[in-house]
Amino acid sequence: MQRYSSVILYIAFCALIVMAAQAGWIDAYMQLVLMYVGINVILSSSLNLINGYMGEFSCGHAGFMAVGAYITSILNIWLFTSDQTLSGNVLSGSNAIYLFPVTLLIGGVGAALAGLLVAVPSFRTRGDYLAIITLAVNYIVKSSIENIQAIGGARGFMGMRKVVNAMTETVNLPWVLIWILAVAGLTIVVLKRFVNSTYGKGIVAIRDDEIAAEIMGVDSKRLKMIAFMLSSGLAGIAGGLFAHVLGYINPGTFTIMKSTEVMVMVYLGGMGSLSGSVLSAIGFTLILELLRPLQMFKWVVIPLLLILLMLFRPEGIMGHRELTDIFPKLRWFTLSKEKQI
Amino acid sequence: MALLEIRHLGIYFGGLRAVHDLNVTLQGGELLGLIGPNGAGKTTVFNMVSGFYRPSAGEILLEGRNIAGLSTHKIAALGIARTFQNIRLWNELTVFDNLGIAQHHSLGYGFWDAVLHNKSYRQNERRARKVTEELLELLGLHHCADEYPKNLPYGLQRRVEIGRALAVRPKVLLLDEPAAGMNPGDVEQLMELVRWIRQEFKLTIWLIEHQMRVVMGLCEYITVLDFGETIAEGTPDQVRQNPRVIQAYLGDEDVAHA
Repeated sequence: MQRYSSVILYIAFCALIVMAAQAGWIDAYMQLVLMYVGINVILSSSLNLINGYMGEFSCGHAGFMAVGAYITSILNIWLFTSDQTLSGNVLSGSNAIYLFPVTLLIGGVGAALAGLLVAVPSFRTRGDYLAIITLAVNYIVKSSIENIQAIGGARGFMGMRKVVNAMTETVNLPWVLIWILAVAGLTIVVLKRFVNSTYGKGIVAIRDDEIAAEIMGVDSKRLKMIAFMLSSGLAGIAGGLFAHVLGYINPGTFTIMKSTEVMVMVYLGGMGSLSGSVLSAIGFTLILELLRPLQMFKWVVIPLLLILLMLFRPEGIMGHRELTDIFPKLRWFTLSKEKQI
Repeated sequence: MALLEIRHLGIYFGGLRAVHDLNVTLQGGELLGLIGPNGAGKTTVFNMVSGFYRPSAGEILLEGRNIAGLSTHKIAALGIARTFQNIRLWNELTVFDNLGIAQHHSLGYGFWDAVLHNKSYRQNERRARKVTEELLELLGLHHCADEYPKNLPYGLQRRVEIGRALAVRPKVLLLDEPAAGMNPGDVEQLMELVRWIRQEFKLTIWLIEHQMRVVMGLCEYITVLDFGETIAEGTPDQVRQNPRVIQAYLGDEDVAHA
């Protein structure tokens, strides 16, 4: 029972939020902020796998987000809607409720495959050079989408609102919010289990000394492939959710600016710390919203915060530590140290 | 069949012939030494055997199978582990994790098992942790299981690195200057440790060492390299009296007098 207490708590928390949203205790704006928080949690923790745990510098996370966002959106519109050029109306809208997670997953798989574009070069190069490759991949994805007129090109792609509406018409619940909460929770579970297993800790060994890792029997190519595909796949799922929150996407959303935003969250929270990524995703999203009255000046204030952070706490808020390291009593909710298998 | 047989091994770096026509046979169970002046190519030999360099010529047969040119992690999985001249532990991981990750190739579970926390994961992870605990206990390192290697004294770091190599469960253990930078007391302990792990783990050990006391005290058979060539081999006594070895280490008599 104790072992699953954190899971149960999280589910209870989600149920409470969904209830509050249903009952109208939190308005549409608050729901929107909550959804952004969830998406940012997925994005920052998945990027932390690469930039924190594996020590590479990926700055193309938004590219993978775009792949997932477009695949999921196109699939959903083709399957469930009727009045667009792309639409096939293959299935009635009521099926969307079951198939939404499936299309999300397909988007994630597509993004994971796109992640191979970075994973394969990473076998031969690393550090700054790989960072440039990730940047290039980001641009390749964005420019490709811009040039495919069938999916809207630079004008963007819309109609996801109809899919969301079809779901709420079938069963009246805030489905996108529910899926965001669910995926965010699952992301943390998957990443935590991976980096806490001896198998997954191999990526930290690769960061530390790749040659020693290879000589000690760690299959670094395989691990890099897993890490890049997992990270980009999760970004893809986050992209799919993001598209359905906005109802409209265009290639301009997924530029280096978006990648930078995610990177800021990772470095703010602390590299190699999942709880840091979660905390900073929450904090950063809230700060962005609080500073909204400043309009464009918030992009002066936020980078300034970043400069101060790098000067006084370069390792980020958590810096290679988890919440359970700082507050050992929290271990009760996960597992005591002895039983940690 | 010999455990490890090296035939006509050679490597060139551009025009530089770093190692040439090296022949070594390990039947299994011996403690072999590899010595030679600085730059003789000793570590290069280890780098080839452990797969870090691909040899330009020759074969490395491990139990009859040519491993020259295989990827490094596969060679480790086949049973060759090593330590490094300049300790290369993973400093951002605890001693416990250092030994755990060295069992990577024999963990017996993969990514999905780890994510799903299924039976295969739980059993194998528990087994791996037990192996680590036993090794730490055997090497007297259990008190620093949760330490980071960089915080340990030098002698202990060496010990942890040997422990990490043992966690690979090798058939052949390559020790690259294990006594480098140690004080006499530590060296004594290290020699004790090498003898002991050879007995305990029934290992074949091949070691590079500069300190003659260590080589002569430990090894039964010694190969001497100079400029990549094998200039002598034999028992410690034979090697010690070999004029070519004396020449390589002390220089030419005539030149020295001039």
